[in-house]
Amino acid sequence: MNELLNILKDNARYEVKDLALLLNEEEEEVKDQIKELEDNKVIAGYHTIINWERADVEISKAIIFVNCVPERERGYDRIAERIARFPEVEALCLISGKAEFLLRVNGRNMREISNFVAHKLAPTEGVNGTETMFILKEYKIHGIDLGSISEDNERLPVTP
Amino acid sequence: MIFDEEINQVVRNLKPSGIRKFFDIAVKKKNVISLGVGEPDFITPWHIREEAINAIEKGRTFYTGNKGLLELRQGICSYYKRRFNVEYDPEDNCIVTVGGSEAIDIALRTIIKQGDEVILPTPAYVAYAAIIEMAGAKVVELELKEEEGFKVTPEALKAVLTPKSKAIILNYPGNPTGGIMTREDYAKIVPLIKESKIFVLTDEIYAELTYEGKHCSIAEFDEIKDRTVVINGFSKSYSMTGYRVGYILAHKELIDMILKIHQYVIMCATTPCQYAAIEAINNGDKDVEEMFLSFKQRRNYIVKELNRIGLKTHMPQGAFYVFPSIRCTGLSSEDFCNKLLEEENLAVVPGDAFGKAGEGFVRISYAYSLDQIKKAIEKLEDFLKKYGK
Repeated sequence: MNELLNILKDNARYEVKDLALLLNEEEEEVKDQIKELEDNKVIAGYHTIINWERADVEISKAIIFVNCVPERERGYDRIAERIARFPEVEALCLISGKAEFLLRVNGRNMREISNFVAHKLAPTEGVNGTETMFILKEYKIHGIDLGSISEDNERLPVTP
Repeated sequence: MIFDEEINQVVRNLKPSGIRKFFDIAVKKKNVISLGVGEPDFITPWHIREEAINAIEKGRTFYTGNKGLLELRQGICSYYKRRFNVEYDPEDNCIVTVGGSEAIDIALRTIIKQGDEVILPTPAYVAYAAIIEMAGAKVVELELKEEEGFKVTPEALKAVLTPKSKAIILNYPGNPTGGIMTREDYAKIVPLIKESKIFVLTDEIYAELTYEGKHCSIAEFDEIKDRTVVINGFSKSYSMTGYRVGYILAHKELIDMILKIHQYVIMCATTPCQYAAIEAINNGDKDVEEMFLSFKQRRNYIVKELNRIGLKTHMPQGAFYVFPSIRCTGLSSEDFCNKLLEEENLAVVPGDAFGKAGEGFVRISYAYSLDQIKKAIEKLEDFLKKYGK
């Protein structure tokens, strides 16, 4: 199961036939395993890593620190739920250190993100401060280099 | 030839590597897909490369002691203890060499003399026979059999032992067969080795690529440990082929003698590469594990696919080669490879390049991306439609 996940984490597009060959298992077994992993939400979803800059699509991204006060009995979970519901929020986590939450937020432009912070995020009940950092350039996302690294990787065609 | 008589006849008579010959044809052709490479397809992990760069930046570019950096030898010895449960002392039992290749050469030259016989289980990596011949000894081939998993059996060993036998070369996991020897397999031949008082040169460069169970070093057997020379290196396990860092582990008396050749011929292994190797051996376990899994998966893939298209291939237990039989085509290994290259633009290595026991086989490396392996399988399938029976 873990070996299957290990393959899929780097490439979700393998065909079941290939996965079965790589794992030395039957196709049906692999299909069942994937289904089970999806049903149990171990595989939480699939998406595509897109370099929007190359696609010439304008998009703004920001990282936001959010300070807030935990609630009696519920801690941070209810505030987290309220923030997570906004479609602008791509990632949300509780962190240690200077703030409580770290967000990654997407918008069509800076103004859209500013509006989100001013009108949606900051007024959320329990939130008592935000710090927004706009992303200027991305070099690597989800473990994929976006062109900053150049490597030759030239092996000879035949060696002993 | 203007120097015919003047050139050392041993060198003159050495056959050029059968792989090299093939290489020359393959590079001239366009759009060739090659499954011929004997090195991993990963770039050296960045943390290791960075140590090499750092060593150069810091000016760590002087000679090291002949045996290599003590910190590296300590790392190597603790690695052998940790991974294979064999103990060696970093001060007395270890020399860092320029790749496993140098290690094989200087170890053999220390042990053998004119007129000795060296038992070489074949098919074998191409360098052993040449090095034995250059040292003036005679190569005695022990032909390994596919149906025995390309293992050395006591019967086969007994059949080639003579009073002149000086050493046996073991290379498990093996290039080109992917065969391994388990502890039980070794236990059967160890008494014979002890009794006949031959040296064992065990080239364990593919040790980390042992797919079922854990690699067993023959040096684990105390009764022959003193007669055993372990050779290993960083090329295959950490994907550091171009760094050329290998090592020898052996009894102090042997090390002292081997060191004489090493110090006069090489001085020491490349210093920045030794620093990179320290990083690899101390902090590279995770990389080894990742590469291992990736090789194992590709092995599973290619063996099933080769059998599906009609090339009988046993599941190799180690290294990154498969060694399928091509007898179903009725072609010789060389003809098979030439036609495959000519007609399908696919390069694999003829089995007879590894000794006559390799005739009827080809070596296919799976140190390639899955896409490339898939394309190669398609080409092979087309080829077998023409020549298969």
